[in-house]
Parts: sequence; C-alpha cells; structure tokens
Amino acid sequence: MKNILFLPLIIPLATAVLGLLAWNRRTVQRWLGIGSTTLLTVVGSSILLQVQQQGILSAQAGNWPAPFGITLVADTFSALMLLATGLLGLCVTVYSLADADAEQESRGYHPLLQVLLLGICGSFLTGDLFNLYVWFEVMLIASFVLLALGGKREQMEGAIKYVALNLIASAFLLAGIGLLYGVTGTLNMAHLAIRLQEIPHTGTVPVVAALLFCAFSIKAAVFPFYFWLPASYHTPPIAVITIFSALLSKVGIYVLIRVFTLIFPQETIAGQPLILGAAGLTMLFGALGAIAQPELRRLLSFCVISQIGYLLMGLGLMTPLALAGSIFFMLHIMAAKSTLFLTTGLIARMTGTTVLKELGGLYRRYPLLAVLFLMPALSVAGIPPLSGFWGKLALVQAGLQGKQYLLVAVALGVSVLTLYYLVTAWVEIFWKNRPADAAELRRLVPVRRNQMLIPALLLALVSLLAGLLPEPLFRLCRTAAEQLVHNDAYIKAVLGVMR
Amino acid sequence: MESMLAVVIGGLYAAGMYLMVRRSIVKMIFGLALLGNAANLLIFTVGRLTRGRPPHVPADGVLSSLPVADPVPQALILTAIVIGFGVQAFALVLIKRVYQTVGSDDQDEMTTENKEQGESS
Repeated sequence: MKNILFLPLIIPLATAVLGLLAWNRRTVQRWLGIGSTTLLTVVGSSILLQVQQQGILSAQAGNWPAPFGITLVADTFSALMLLATGLLGLCVTVYSLADADAEQESRGYHPLLQVLLLGICGSFLTGDLFNLYVWFEVMLIASFVLLALGGKREQMEGAIKYVALNLIASAFLLAGIGLLYGVTGTLNMAHLAIRLQEIPHTGTVPVVAALLFCAFSIKAAVFPFYFWLPASYHTPPIAVITIFSALLSKVGIYVLIRVFTLIFPQETIAGQPLILGAAGLTMLFGALGAIAQPELRRLLSFCVISQIGYLLMGLGLMTPLALAGSIFFMLHIMAAKSTLFLTTGLIARMTGTTVLKELGGLYRRYPLLAVLFLMPALSVAGIPPLSGFWGKLALVQAGLQGKQYLLVAVALGVSVLTLYYLVTAWVEIFWKNRPADAAELRRLVPVRRNQMLIPALLLALVSLLAGLLPEPLFRLCRTAAEQLVHNDAYIKAVLGVMR
Repeated sequence: MESMLAVVIGGLYAAGMYLMVRRSIVKMIFGLALLGNAANLLIFTVGRLTRGRPPHVPADGVLSSLPVADPVPQALILTAIVIGFGVQAFALVLIKRVYQTVGSDDQDEMTTENKEQGESS
C-alpha cells in the first residue's frame, strides 16, 4: 500500500495532461479540476490515516534502493500538508468557476492550477534534496504563468519582480545542493542527516546551511527577503492569490522546517538568535506594512508576511511544543487567511473596488459576508476561542520555556497590531457609512455567488472547528512535531536501518 | 584545473550579480542566466573532476581502475540545464510582454506606475 504515495503526484499530473488535451473545452477542464482536487483530498486523508496506523511511510521510485534512487516519504507533517493542499485546491477550483474569466480559462488556467498542485505535493512528499529543487521549479513555472495570465500592465510588473527574485532563490538552492553533494556524496535527506553527523561542521557545511536558509527564506518571504511578495501578490485574480498565499509561501516554511530539523539540527541551534531575530522582524515589518496600506489586497499580502514570522518562530525554538504550535498555526493560517482572501474577492466583485476608502456600509446589505470577514480576521489576530489563539498559545508557551522573552513580547505586540489593522479594515468595509459618490452595488448571479460563497464558508467552518475543538488536531500536530525532533523514525523509514 | 574553474565560476557569479543590479530587465535576465550557469559549473567542480575515466561499468562488472568519474553531478547538471532552459525561455517571453505593455525596459518606471495605481485606483 506504500504506492499510495505516488497518487498525489499522478492525480494532478494526469489531470493537467488531460486538461491540455481538452484545450478550449472549458466545461471538461472545470470538471477535471474538481474531480482531481476531490480525489487529492481523499488520498490526502487516507495517507494521513495510514501514517497514523503504520508510522512513517516511504516509497522508492522505480524500486531503486534508498540512498541511490528517489524516495518519497510521508510523515504526519507532510500528510497533514497534503490533506490541506487537496482541500484548498478544491475550494479554489470551485471558486475559480465564478472568478476566473473566459480569457484566462481559455489560456489553460485549470491545467496550470493542476501543475501548481503537482509541484506543491511533490515538495511535501520528496525525500531527496535535488528532487525538491525539481519540484520547486515545477511549482515556480506554473506560478509564473498563473501570475502573468491575463497580461494586464500591473500583472506584468508584479510578475517580473516575482520571477527575478524566485530565480535568484533557485540559483542559491542549486549552488547549496551542489556544494552539499560535494561534501557528503549523497542527496537523500535521511542519508544526509546521517552523513552530516559523521563529519565536522566547519567550513562548507555552515555555508551550505546559510545558502539553503536564504533560498527557502526568499520563497517563504521571511525578513529581509519579503519585499517581492507585496509587490506581486496584489496583481493576479483573487483565486490565484489565495492559493499562492495559502500554499506557495507555506511550502517555503515547510521545507525550512523539514531541512533544518532533519539535516541541519546543529546549525539550527547554533543559528537560533539569527532565526528568531528574522522571525520577530518578519512579524513586525509585515504588521507595520499592513497598517499603512489603503488597499485591501495589499493589506492582506503584508498580513501573509507577518504570519510567516510566527511559523519561523517555531523552527527557531526547536522544541516539540514550538514546532507543534507552528504546524497548527500553519494549518490555521491556510484556512483563515484563505477565507479572508475569498471574501475579499466577493467584495471586489460586488463593489468593483478593494480600496478601503471607497468601500463602506456593506454590513446592512450583507451581514453574512461581514461575519465571514470578521471571524477569520479575529482568528488571525488570535482571539480565543478561534483557531489562531491555540497556535499562538503553544508558540508563546514554548517561547517562555525557552526564555525568549523579547520575542514573545514582539509576538504578542504584533497580535495587537494585527487585531488593529484587520478590525480597522472591517470597520472601513462593513461598518462605516457608504461614501456618497460610491457606485451602486452589483448583484451577482445566484449560481456564481454560491460558487464563490461556498468555498469561503467551508474554509471558515474548518477554521471555526479547529478553534472550538483544537484537541484532536493539536494532538496530530504534536505527533508531527515529535517525529520532526526525533528523526530516527524518519531515517529508519527511508533507509531501513537504525543508526 | 580546479583553481582555474574556481576563477571562472567566481567570474560568472560576479558578472551575473553585476548585470542583475542594472535597471534594464533584459540585463537582469542575462544576469540570472549567468548565475544559473555558474551554479552548474559549481556542481561540476565540487563533484570532483576526473579526466578520461568514463563512469561505465564494464560487462564483466569489474572496475579495472579507480577513480572513475561520478555520474551523479553530470546528471544533476543536465537536469538543471534543461530546467534553466525552460525558465529562461519563459523569462524572455515575459520581458517581451512587459516591454510591450509598459513600453520600457527600465525597472524604475514600473515601480512608479505601480505606486500611482495603488493610490488612485
């Protein structure tokens, strides 16, 4: 049954190919997209179940034995991420039925989305460092095209910044992988973990760790490498930004956590002040940037950066509790932030603008929409008993145990700032009177409205459930974190031997 | 041989970095291409240079002489070149489209336009 690990790669790949064959048949492509993401969700949950029952799964591509061939590995962390990918993919595909325009769909929007999901699933599953680079490139090329699809002027400007920064990150990553191969003679992540314990960590190894840290930080938009994100994330259609912010930047954090807990635990501990400093500054600058934004999509882009800091905080602290907090927070962000983005898309559809000054008075007409924005906003800020609170609680607790009082203070302070700018945005959109010169609200066709509303409601429900009943999910995150910190089980699952 | 390649790699990185800090997006893309090539040569060099010893195992399965060349770095570079080719092709099409829509290849002009749009729209 280990071959189930290939399914998350085969499903989107096959769908993308079929979608390309059905070029110009929009209905076929749409149904293929929905079918594929539904299957992906089912496979994701089944992998999660199997990992719970049988421990870490690994599969060797082409049956080449472990350090030589390409290995796919699923532990609790990657299984959770796969499940989230399937669910978010499904929500975004349904949402795009109404949101993507005919031109984008006729230029291959749906197959591209599948290629993007393929790259994301590949990055979550692979146990080989060079293979990871390949999945990154698959993901990037799909995201490049999705970002530029439509060809509006502002999209072009956003795309050029995004492409340039991500190509630099890829060059860093490639150089790091090459040097690491030169030092250790292997690319299998589990084998690397063993080899790096045998050789002294001087000279090349810390340099490689720094190169990889920079490369992944650029992808994850960590301070001081975050500036490309607000410059490009506000330009593409909302459905595309949602999947970028929910999955693409989280892949960067996932890989950081994976590589630095498995391969470079020594460097992580040695570089703790650096990582924690970057985490704190990412939170702070993201929040300060968000406060200054007069436009909703840009505000949410900065909010994405700010939350990345909390995820990095868990890695810097390197205790099971902190990592569990990070993983929980990551899942929470995926659901809550996506709800915010999808609701923003609905608002933009109805009012024709996302500039806060021109919005207002929507509460009277659409109270459900107001709740759909306020609930995830409070959740992101970390108000109990919503899902963001539990993630932050674990992180703050771990920070206090690790005696990182300054960072904890920053994390709590940034929560207040987050609450401030999200609630201000909510008041601007829903509560204040509608400006006198504002255009008449557009009525949406009920089918379209439902296609956009149902995914947002579903994700809001997930976020609400994770907040009201955090115990089962947190226990899963705790297991995932234990597996990350005590990586013997991972190495044994891949190589079949104990160290 | 290693030291010569090290100089070449360093030169490529320096040239790539220099081109990337230029304002012209055409030069930036060239810089990125050089950076990719420098990384490929780096993999080649740190993968140990062996001359005239192909990574073939003879039919009888006995290697007559050691060391043979390591095939893995070559496979990695081949993959990286193909990926780089695809990405650079996309980047070239992108800068052509950018030039058509913006009417300039100066990165500064794109930034100002961006700001104006954010404030007015």
